Amino acid sequence: MKYFYLGATPEVDREALTAIAERAGAEFGAPVREIELPGIDFAYDAARGQYGSIPVLEMLVRMCPGDAFKLLGVTERDLFIPVLTFVFGHAQLGGRAGVVSLARLRQEFYGLEANREVFLERALKEALHESGHLFGLVHCHDASCAMSLATGVRQIDSKRAAFCARCAVRMERKPRG
Amino acid sequence: MKANWQILVVDDEEVMAESLAAWLREDGYAVDTANSGREAVEKAAQRDYAIYFVDLKMPGGMDGIETMMQVRRLHAEASIIIITAYATVDTAITAMKEGAQEYIVKPCNPEEISLLVSRIIKVKNLQRENSILRKKLSRQYRFGDVISKSARMQDILTLSQEVASLRSTVLIQGESGTGKELIARAIHNSGDRAGKPFVAVSCAALAETLLESELFGHEKGAFTGANQQRRGKFEMAEGGTIFLDEIGDISPKLQVDLLRVLQERRFYRVGGTEEVTVDVRVIAATHVNLQQAVADGKFRDDLFYRLNVIAIDIPPLRERREDIPLLAQHFLERISHELGKDVSGISEGGLKVLLDHNWPGNVRELENAVERAMVTCRGQELTEDDFAFVAQTGKAGQEGWAPPANMTIEEMEKLLIAATLQRTGGNIKEAAGVLGIDRSTLYEKIKRYEIPR
Repeated sequence: MKYFYLGATPEVDREALTAIAERAGAEFGAPVREIELPGIDFAYDAARGQYGSIPVLEMLVRMCPGDAFKLLGVTERDLFIPVLTFVFGHAQLGGRAGVVSLARLRQEFYGLEANREVFLERALKEALHESGHLFGLVHCHDASCAMSLATGVRQIDSKRAAFCARCAVRMERKPRG
Repeated sequence: MKANWQILVVDDEEVMAESLAAWLREDGYAVDTANSGREAVEKAAQRDYAIYFVDLKMPGGMDGIETMMQVRRLHAEASIIIITAYATVDTAITAMKEGAQEYIVKPCNPEEISLLVSRIIKVKNLQRENSILRKKLSRQYRFGDVISKSARMQDILTLSQEVASLRSTVLIQGESGTGKELIARAIHNSGDRAGKPFVAVSCAALAETLLESELFGHEKGAFTGANQQRRGKFEMAEGGTIFLDEIGDISPKLQVDLLRVLQERRFYRVGGTEEVTVDVRVIAATHVNLQQAVADGKFRDDLFYRLNVIAIDIPPLRERREDIPLLAQHFLERISHELGKDVSGISEGGLKVLLDHNWPGNVRELENAVERAMVTCRGQELTEDDFAFVAQTGKAGQEGWAPPANMTIEEMEKLLIAATLQRTGGNIKEAAGVLGIDRSTLYEKIKRYEIPR
């Protein structure tokens, strides 16, 4: 039996993690197991004040349990890849490991009043999005699909926490385990 | 389809190149990377990339500007985006002057790259469609261009309009010159794919290996002379229609390849290892009887059934003679306009010549005949004298017949006697008269050939 693993770094909001875990099980048709991840200070880039998503992915690949067919890590840290100012998440396309950053999903990041409901909804959408990449899905043209490209929270807010019919079918076809 | 456009990311820092490539792949593009200018030029020589992301500062004697200039010598149409961490006005001006399409400073906003790439791809899609349309369409083809009052042709036009927006494969059968491509273009232009490319390929015109490369494209080095990667007609027809003329003439190997494309909508370029996926409607045409070819074992039955989803049989012109005056007048008007000649019609005698002719070359032959008559015509009407060359080539009932191949004289004689007896209703005296032999000889031959009466 292979499991969909969901890992959290120590600082992660537990409520967000639970919401993602509940939904992931239903969405991916595989049992979900949670795993504790270490902090990611090793990936800190002092010049940018952010954390590199590539070393984090490398760590996740190393930590992927033998009975895991996918491992999605969740962190509160703000992630980047060298060429971009930030990423909401990063996943190996069709691979085993992906990571979601919750940092820019909070209203407070933009100087706004905290909104728990909005934050949890965004976390769920981004977790689905990166998981979709893990299953080999690329960005979807349907702006309401969880797989549509979001380069800002406004685009995240305008999509649904679900795959469109086309992406859902593609997900169904991917082998589990 | 995004995957049809390939992107090359060039950066001496592998992590930089790979992370941007991975990000673009998530957007559905096919992306390669190169870690030096030299490697980039080598890859560009093998493949026609739509967009190049090139880092400005690279070691090894070949910086981003030099790389860009060498790539441009190979692909003048390539879109090159220069990336740099060291933004100065001077470098930006140099890059743009040397032909960079854009200049971005890293790290850049994800939205910026996303918009930039989608804008370039949108333009490239338009350029590709435009180039194909300009080459292929000097005029629009619609059902209105099919000139006919024959009931059979009207039925064909109705069926063609009904199937125009479907994706189903169409098989058009008819003799040479009956207008198979005209019907195919009309179907394409009347359906949902009208705005997309219509690509016609004559399968009889090329040798097997050339046709394979023509249809599916090839990779660099796939064969002698394949100096760089080339898209095939299937890729060029993406989103539109491919018209495979004279499909009955393709080799058994290509039959297998085509069957796979029809079933899976995927194929490999010649010498390629990556599958290419296409959304293309196939309209095939042939002048040979494909069903007979299947029975003879010359054409795969599974491919025939895949092609024959919607069958359109265009009758030869001799079986719709009522269209001859109409078509002749249509060609006359068009050609008189093109030649700048004041010829208004066809005389009764001229029409009689046209109606008496058998037209083995069908509508195309009629069009050529009208054009030839127009060139030599001195009056305001085309007369029987202007069509003298048509009368000389034979009349209806004499043209278009050739003895079957591989037949002995005895077999031929047996067939002729049987056919004559059938026509005379078994009347020996009448049949003998038609055949020019006496009755006893005919009796003897009927007995020898065991012909039923």
